[in-house]
Amino acid sequence: MSAISPMPNTTNTTISTAGPPSRRNTELALLAFAVLIPCFAYMNVGLAMDGEMPSGMLGYGIGLGLLAGVGHLVVRKFAKYADPILLPMATLLNGIGLVLIWRLDQSPRLQASKVYAPAATNQLLFSAMGIALFIAVLIVIKDHRVLQRYTYISMVVALGLLIAPMFFPAKFGARIWITIPGIGGIQPGEFAKIVLAVFFAGYLMVKRDALALASRRFMGLYLPRGRDLGPILTVWGFSILVLVFETDLGTSLLFFGMFVVMLYVATERTSWIVFGLLMSAAGAVGVASFETHVQQRVQAWLDPMGEFLKSKQGLAGHSEQSMQALWAFGSGGVFGTGWGQGHSDLIGFAANSDFILATVGEELGLAGIMAILLVYGLIVERGVRTALAARDPFGKLLATGLAGAFAIQVFVVAGGVMGLIPLTGMTMPFMAQGGSSVIANWALVAVLIKISDTARRPAPAPAPSPDAEMTQVVRP
Amino acid sequence: MSELTLTVMRLGFLAVLWLFVIVAVQVIRSDLFGTRVTQRGSRRGGDTRQQRAQQAAPPQQRQQSGGRRADRGRRGAPTKLVVSEGSLSGTTVALQGQTISLGRAHDSTIVLDDDYASSRHARIYPDRDGQWIVEDLGSTNGTYLDRTRLTAPTPIPLGAPIRIGKTVIELRK
Repeated sequence: MSAISPMPNTTNTTISTAGPPSRRNTELALLAFAVLIPCFAYMNVGLAMDGEMPSGMLGYGIGLGLLAGVGHLVVRKFAKYADPILLPMATLLNGIGLVLIWRLDQSPRLQASKVYAPAATNQLLFSAMGIALFIAVLIVIKDHRVLQRYTYISMVVALGLLIAPMFFPAKFGARIWITIPGIGGIQPGEFAKIVLAVFFAGYLMVKRDALALASRRFMGLYLPRGRDLGPILTVWGFSILVLVFETDLGTSLLFFGMFVVMLYVATERTSWIVFGLLMSAAGAVGVASFETHVQQRVQAWLDPMGEFLKSKQGLAGHSEQSMQALWAFGSGGVFGTGWGQGHSDLIGFAANSDFILATVGEELGLAGIMAILLVYGLIVERGVRTALAARDPFGKLLATGLAGAFAIQVFVVAGGVMGLIPLTGMTMPFMAQGGSSVIANWALVAVLIKISDTARRPAPAPAPSPDAEMTQVVRP
Repeated sequence: MSELTLTVMRLGFLAVLWLFVIVAVQVIRSDLFGTRVTQRGSRRGGDTRQQRAQQAAPPQQRQQSGGRRADRGRRGAPTKLVVSEGSLSGTTVALQGQTISLGRAHDSTIVLDDDYASSRHARIYPDRDGQWIVEDLGSTNGTYLDRTRLTAPTPIPLGAPIRIGKTVIELRK
């Protein structure tokens, strides 16, 4: 307790208040910092590209500041003891993402292209909707434990969200969109990730003893009984179906990975990880053997230069983007070319969505991209830390699942753009252009903030019991 | 814009970005060191090691806890509740005069995920003198203080194990 007090090194004892400090002022300071950095970046882009301060700078800065400020006030009111890092980190990533998208909008090469549409204003609007959902989650969910009641309802909702895109036409080779006339496209998979985490947490909390204890030991591994393999087989089969019918490697990997992470945390058995890795490898190889879209992605991963040349010759079914992304990273070097001075706009229409990390790599260099990845890492770390601090098993599992899903998503996207794994159609949380992604990730952060608030909140003061009053009368 | 200005801004931005990361890590660091890590795993060995560590605590820390004890008005009053065995082992709850409820119910202060625990199993609360009391709330399998099954609200000696199913809880300084 005393070590949490602001000055642990002074010898005079500071009398701390009853509860642990709420850290809200720390959050406010970090938040101001997190709003200033994107403003600096914005100014930097304007000066580098046009040689003058960008005209929309004031409006942009005020917009981001306002969103962050409203978010902070709601956290202050409804989640007083929440983790102080999560909100500033998310704001920083969102802000830098907005600058990146605005920077790509300014590129004359993209403005001339027919398939590219300027997206910065829309993205600011989506960020505002994301903050609105963030606030709604904080206000509506008084305690994350009520989510436990909706375990099986959330299963049905998640399945619905996952299946829905199968009935809509594919975009860029992947069927992950629902198109609503007049409103536009929604990527339900982004929302399904949160709902599915609720289901997995509620389900595994009840079943974990059966899954952990009933097993045989074989070659240092605990082999589960055949019938206990049921849940993992179901989720595996489902993620394979998603892979086959929606041809989206990313979503499929995300759900299966999240389930394996939560299964491991719930049962403390390494064997689940081994099984999970084997099954996902088998599934991916099996599907890749007959699905041409997946084969193209694997081909572009193994031989990006060959694909680039074929694409330049005008052969259909080949993509030059993977190689262009690698060139962008290479030309960035250690310190980057500086804001607005790279050529990542050559990547074309996907430069601000799937390949947004290539712009970071080129214009901020290795130093910049490491900082950005560290910020993502810190968000995941705070999620896992929240899980450690939570006092109920459901909250522990839910926080682990959400942090795990976030981590897998960042790994899959960053790994795909950098050529470590085949590219998938997922978006970088908070940074990439796309409404569903930004909105869903703000909701994810809101749930984490709510769990961390419950975990760190001191228990309420004891209610005056009638017994105590009686005793007072008897004893002088 | 001159080349020099742009270079300064480019490096300046990276410096500011890293400064943010470092500040955030500092905040996390203070958060980490604010909680004392409790030993998990080997029970007996872990406990004695921890007691030894507490005895060897730096004088400054002792002084601080002394000041807090004076606040409480009692010497040797426990300041935290530690789960030492069971699936929740390692969890600590600071004792601040609040009632702590134990059980499988979702709204308990400590949610026991233990087959032998009832949904409202027991509660731990301070009486008027600040002595901590454990009371069994009519649980099916009982609450044990040391080896004896509780039948009435009982004061908890410091470090005495309270056993509920597979879970063991202690009050520590």
